Amino acid sequence: MSSPRFPYAPAPESRAIVNLRPSYGLFIAGEFVDPVDGGQFKTESPSSQEVLAEVSSAGPGDVDRAVKAARHAYENVWGPMPGRERAKYLFRVARVIQERSRELAVLESLDNGKPIKESRDVDVPLAAAHFFYHAGWADKLAYAGYGPDPRPLGVAGQVIPWNFPLLMAAWKLAPALAAGNTCVLKPAETTPLSALLLAEILQQAELPPGVVNIVTGAGQTGAAVVNHPGIDKVAFTGSTEVGKLIQRSLAGTGKRLTLELGGKAANIVFDDAPLSQAVEGIVNGIFFNQGHVCCAGSRLLVQEPIAEGVVEALQRRLGTLRLGDPLDKNTDIGAINSPQQLAKIRELAAAGEAEGAQRWSPACALPERGYWFPPTLFTGVAPAQRIAREEIFGPVLSVLTFRTPEEALEKANNTTYGLSAGVWTEKGSRILYMASRLKAGVVWANTFNRFDPASPFGGYRESGFGREGGRQGLAAYLRGAFDA
Amino acid sequence: MLADLAASEVSLRRFLHGLPGVDQVGAEARAAALATRSIKTASKLWAIDAAISMIDLTTLEGADTPGKVSSLCGKARRPDPDDASVPAVAAVCVYPDLVPVARACLAGSDVKVASVATAFPSGRASLAVKLADVADAVSAGADEVDMVIDRGAFLAGRYGCVLEEVRAVKQACGRAQLKVILETGELATYDNVRRAAWLSMIGGADFIKTSTGKVAPASTVPVALVMLEAVRDFADMSGRAVGVKVAGGIRTTKDALRYLVVVNEVAGDEWLEPSLFRIGASSLLNDLLMQRSKQKYGAYAGSQDFSVE
Repeated sequence: MSSPRFPYAPAPESRAIVNLRPSYGLFIAGEFVDPVDGGQFKTESPSSQEVLAEVSSAGPGDVDRAVKAARHAYENVWGPMPGRERAKYLFRVARVIQERSRELAVLESLDNGKPIKESRDVDVPLAAAHFFYHAGWADKLAYAGYGPDPRPLGVAGQVIPWNFPLLMAAWKLAPALAAGNTCVLKPAETTPLSALLLAEILQQAELPPGVVNIVTGAGQTGAAVVNHPGIDKVAFTGSTEVGKLIQRSLAGTGKRLTLELGGKAANIVFDDAPLSQAVEGIVNGIFFNQGHVCCAGSRLLVQEPIAEGVVEALQRRLGTLRLGDPLDKNTDIGAINSPQQLAKIRELAAAGEAEGAQRWSPACALPERGYWFPPTLFTGVAPAQRIAREEIFGPVLSVLTFRTPEEALEKANNTTYGLSAGVWTEKGSRILYMASRLKAGVVWANTFNRFDPASPFGGYRESGFGREGGRQGLAAYLRGAFDA
Repeated sequence: MLADLAASEVSLRRFLHGLPGVDQVGAEARAAALATRSIKTASKLWAIDAAISMIDLTTLEGADTPGKVSSLCGKARRPDPDDASVPAVAAVCVYPDLVPVARACLAGSDVKVASVATAFPSGRASLAVKLADVADAVSAGADEVDMVIDRGAFLAGRYGCVLEEVRAVKQACGRAQLKVILETGELATYDNVRRAAWLSMIGGADFIKTSTGKVAPASTVPVALVMLEAVRDFADMSGRAVGVKVAGGIRTTKDALRYLVVVNEVAGDEWLEPSLFRIGASSLLNDLLMQRSKQKYGAYAGSQDFSVE
């Protein structure tokens, strides 16, 4: 909390830059249209519970229209278009995202609840970076390592989560479009607005109609997209539970699939680590975006000789985190995205206490309206407890200890997931040793939660399969020389 | 405990090299993140006044004269002649031969007289000469002495030698406060900054100071961050709170406020006191005054509205 002597006065970012419409249609064939067999739902701001707008829920008929529009654009416009021409559109989209970055950041913080400093400094710049990066690939696909003339797959059905609404849309759309596919994107039902603003940006960039179609709605809309026979490839980011459902329903259909699911990442701190930076990395690893991060470092594995000191340093640091209005530029921890998610976090935190772990949070006043959970630390966590095994997807860190590198590896890999891991040590050889043995798609060394469009991201085991970003990420959207 | 560490060159080296390392990328990222704090309205006004009260108003030039020093002292006592609510600065910092002038001009005020010494800024002189330099400044009435460490000895790994000098100067200071300048621009790594900070504190420094202002880079936010972590950890271990002084290149209110945010969030708000945090500067004061009048009266004054010494 703010110190009494130097309390920072409120420094709210202005909302005036965002022009919210009272209601939004579906973005199909380049136009916003009313649903034919869907309905309407409201999207609220999780920090104030204020209703922000009415959004359309796409029914099966709407999804069918979107897929047909995408197919038409694929066959007649986008598929035949030379890569160098597709690149121009993607560069243009990237630039418009940059031009309208403040608007996107404010809207993202309003609809999602994440602090403006994160939407402003991470989500929006990275979204633009993904379009820039993939725009560069569009006319160089022959050099990506998938044969001399890799072909697009067709129409991609993409279902994205609520934790990074705009960024996940960019992760999905940019490589698909660069490779020559067209898309039907389904944003999460609690955070549809930034994707709809992105639709306006696509209009502004004069992207040909039907190349990207955005159908909002809940799980049924997502299921309609995934199961539509006109879809050639499905990309899903979200929970492991839904990922399994999708994989089951796609079996035997011939549709390509990539899944980016949950995680329970180990952040491993050795006794020779740069401690101050490790503490920062632990905080960033689990409290970034309120812990609503699939690759969050939710299990801290700390070597026993320094465990006590690290926990003390963490407690001191957590005392300086500022929780509150997501639009305040000094806010570090924003709102929990939805009441359902808040209930899940509370349930797991209660289970942690019931199973005997010690719970600690800094003195931290929670706002009266909205959905909030204080940054929380569990010490004395045993590997068998639920808080050490299940993904909490909230600002809750479980602290475990280890004695040797082998024990750290064993504990880190002792999970059904395998999305990310962190290693903190000043010893370079140990970093390489650990990185080659950790079963995780991403291993960060002396840092955490760093993303770059050139770096492939994805998981092992129940964290999914397929990669997004980098040359490797293009494979998900191309038919190469060695594919059937 | 501290005496044990300093007992031999071996134990001292073992201790300093056993301090946790500083990851350069991580330290700079943390400093950059703190620099995005947005300080507005009432907290900005508070911070501007706090910054003014923490200034060591400095002139360290070969061309310094009694006239220049006395006009600086007038500014130090009453930074804005039109507004008595502006606090006085913490100290005026001069070369030893001008200490008597500053002492006379500041008589009857709370503004301290600080003097650089020990063959400032290079420190390349024998210990006897350095101690004579200190004794000269102290006997002329300096309340505070800003010494430089022997960077050559430090970089050569002769930590015992650096420690002995700090101790000897501390003794020569008598009742004067000792600020130890690490000259971080010559130490090359944050690991070295942290070691030099601990070494100085073990030697008895009342303040550790970033730079002479004569070497680029002078003070940077990540360097200050590392030093503030060191004073915080030293206080945890020894119970003694050592101050931090940043100096060199801090010219704008925005710069000063960034440092105050880092002090607040790294060392804690008990360090937000002139007795534990100082800013060595000259042109910064007028920028603070200008921003202060903007905050209070809503419009910027012109540069000619503030005196130039």
